[in-house]
Amino acid sequence: MSTVAGEMDHHDHHHHAPSGITRWLFTTNHKDIGSMYLWFSFIMFLVGGSMAMVIRAELFQPGLQLVDPHFFNQMTTVHGLIMVFGAVMPAFTGLANWMVPMMIGAPDMALPRMNNWSFWILPFAFAILLASLFMEGGGPAFGWTFYAPLSTTYSSDSTALFVFSVHIMGISSIMGAINVIVTIMNMRAPGMTYMKMPLFVWTWFITAFLLIAVMPVLAGAVTMVLTDKYFSTSFFDAAGGGDPVLFQHIFWFFGHPEVYIMILPSFGIVSAIIPAFSRKKLFGYSSMVYATAAIAGLSFLVWAHHMFTTGMPVAAEIFFMYATMLISVPTGVKVFNWVATMWRGSISFETPMLFALAFVILFTIGGFSGLMLAITPVDFQYHDTYFVVAHFHYVLVSGAIFSIMAAAYYWLPKWTGHMYDETLAKWHFWCSLISVNVLFFPMHFAGLAGMPRRIPDYSLQFADINQIVSIGGFAFGLSQLIFLAVVIKCVRGGEKAPAKPWDGAEGLEWTVPSPAPYHTFETPPEVK
Amino acid sequence: MSTRLITALLASIPLAASAQSQLNLTQGVTEISQRVYDLHMTIFYICCVIGVIVFGAMFVSMILHRKSKGHKPATFHENVKVEILWTVIPFLILVGMAIPATKTLFAMEDASEAEVTVLVTGSQWKWHYKYFDRDVEYFSLLATRQDQINNRLEKGENYLLEVDRPLVLPTDTKVRFLVTSDDVIHSWWVPDFAVKKDANPGFINEAWTKIDEPGIYRGQCAELCGKDHGFMPVVVIAKEPAEFEAWISEQEAIAKAAKEEEQRLLSMSMSKDELMELGERVYLGSCAACHQPNGEGIPGVFPSLKGTAMVMNDKPGHINIVVNGKAGTAMQAFGNQLSLRELAAVITYERNAWGNNTGDLIQAADVNEYLNK
Repeated sequence: MSTVAGEMDHHDHHHHAPSGITRWLFTTNHKDIGSMYLWFSFIMFLVGGSMAMVIRAELFQPGLQLVDPHFFNQMTTVHGLIMVFGAVMPAFTGLANWMVPMMIGAPDMALPRMNNWSFWILPFAFAILLASLFMEGGGPAFGWTFYAPLSTTYSSDSTALFVFSVHIMGISSIMGAINVIVTIMNMRAPGMTYMKMPLFVWTWFITAFLLIAVMPVLAGAVTMVLTDKYFSTSFFDAAGGGDPVLFQHIFWFFGHPEVYIMILPSFGIVSAIIPAFSRKKLFGYSSMVYATAAIAGLSFLVWAHHMFTTGMPVAAEIFFMYATMLISVPTGVKVFNWVATMWRGSISFETPMLFALAFVILFTIGGFSGLMLAITPVDFQYHDTYFVVAHFHYVLVSGAIFSIMAAAYYWLPKWTGHMYDETLAKWHFWCSLISVNVLFFPMHFAGLAGMPRRIPDYSLQFADINQIVSIGGFAFGLSQLIFLAVVIKCVRGGEKAPAKPWDGAEGLEWTVPSPAPYHTFETPPEVK
Repeated sequence: MSTRLITALLASIPLAASAQSQLNLTQGVTEISQRVYDLHMTIFYICCVIGVIVFGAMFVSMILHRKSKGHKPATFHENVKVEILWTVIPFLILVGMAIPATKTLFAMEDASEAEVTVLVTGSQWKWHYKYFDRDVEYFSLLATRQDQINNRLEKGENYLLEVDRPLVLPTDTKVRFLVTSDDVIHSWWVPDFAVKKDANPGFINEAWTKIDEPGIYRGQCAELCGKDHGFMPVVVIAKEPAEFEAWISEQEAIAKAAKEEEQRLLSMSMSKDELMELGERVYLGSCAACHQPNGEGIPGVFPSLKGTAMVMNDKPGHINIVVNGKAGTAMQAFGNQLSLRELAAVITYERNAWGNNTGDLIQAADVNEYLNK
């Protein structure tokens, strides 16, 4: 440990920070890279969001008004891909880059050059994906789940670009995950045992293992799509001895752990914020760690609950139903822990806390609909309807994204050295909270009443619900511009932030000044 | 922008209030669909109770234990008893949910002893129904007119949920569905039966229903299957068994007569006007979804028919591809979907519309040569 720190010291004497664009191109500093990840993710959030606006505008009324169905399908597909791989995942990687070294008392990430590369290949991946929309025949139009044979025999030639860009995203994620694991295993400050690590570090540690396990599976799936389409293989073509359902097994073996990749770091964030603003220790630290590990383990055993209608044997349906229901036990433990932490605390409602509280409630609602979806006989009715769309947007938007917002407000003073504008931030919160529910709650009803997902036009009985949903969508989209304003304002100035702006906060990151100096913990702190 | 939004928001309120839109899952018209509905409501109520307890505790905490009221934080944490309790109780609730769910699932998956079997085949973007042991099979296509979809005509009551030839089934009879696909994955779904089954190309899935009440039941394709995924509804008419028997016998007779008529047509020829008029109708119904009403297709996805080499010069190739399709592409074989007359007409239409003007007239006999090749 001390040799590593010594070497870092040594490097620093020769450090001449380049200026201008090269500072960002060549940087190996975890804070710079973290900032780039976060900005990139926010830009992708706006790009993916504007595609959602196109979708909601088309669905504002029955009939085809603005776009043709083929383009509509491209919008739903690319919206999903961008939000998953471009917005949520890079946001978490950005937070990990900024916070993990500072939370464990390390001077930087363990593999800084790889860190630079894992960020800088991302813009190319998304440039390729977005450029494919302008090809003849349009971009990918088979849903972010790219089920074969719609994505093979029946897709346009942009599929090759889609496959290539997913490969790059996967490489980036795997490198990021390796970096997190190596950093956490080797660079903890003396005394920082595993069971003393902040939960954000723990949840990311587990997430990183999930990433390494499943991103190669996704890479395999896209590669088989590529060879089926262009090189006459028949992995997913019955005429050549393949099986289209095999694709779904492979995809969801990646896809379900992927869902937890997008929520476990949220659990870590919320487990930091709720105790801070309740001024009370987290109720059950070790049970939170075990619950996270249990959720991660179970995530490998539930993939086929996405496929109940594909015609599985009853025994398989029962296994996947039970395994899926079981996930609600460790998830429940988490929610109960947060509530018990708040209980008899001394609660205040700054913006990070507001987003964290909204997270707990809305994520739990998403959990309830998840439990309903786990029940196989009823899933036959819910499957591929707006009920599912409502479910996963509750856990991903008012879940993952709200936790990212909470994290941003919580650590902005540390990143920028300024307090953000609390009034404007509260506007952002309340506008987001109301609009997100106007946007996603009625979708439950549309789905139950029988509206399939991924349709550009619908029968008249769904007209009212869709109009309300679209209005909520536009309002939610506009509300995020307030967030942009708050962040820019905070970066440019504002009230000076102390080293520890939140009196209840705990952790090493609050022991360094605000803004955090370019290099922190060059001498490792002693953790007791 | 904002004033328009507000106007739209205000406009939507009376609409929403007066709407008779259904907001919950249907109870359906079969014993299974009723059981599924009951299960759905049970789980929903359990979730509600848990929600009230958990969120209630949160709100009590948020109201009573706030710093602004001077509440001092307690210091308790970790309590093994409580933690075991909130692990075990949810587990027991789950067991309580799993029991009825498992029973219903077993009932749903038992397709044995069916009296009527229908082969349901999905293709882009229509359904095909074939009754086993009866000489009846047909395609079922969206009947909503393009003008309604494009907002040029007022939308009808069953907008997007109407087809030209619905599936007809008997009531009080166990009906088995064998579900498959000709191209991509589709999913055959009728909410009132609680039946949703994926149609996988190259594989056959099984489902069943036993309808309690005569009526018209509507559903849609539930799996994204390409451009017109939103435009391939399912409509089922359930009739009393005797009525069904009469209907299917009548259909058999009609199918037989149509075959004889086809043979007779082989020796007749139609005029250009007749061919073009019928051809346009068939084209708009069966071809325009991909090749577009103007014949120009969608570049990179669906080829253009306007002035292209095959249409202009290669008459045999043109007839062959329409009749037998092209393997490995979205181009289906229309030989078994359209009558000889319709095939002849639509090929003639394609060779003479949009300025193609080849002057070629195709007759039923010309098409017949390529059938069953």
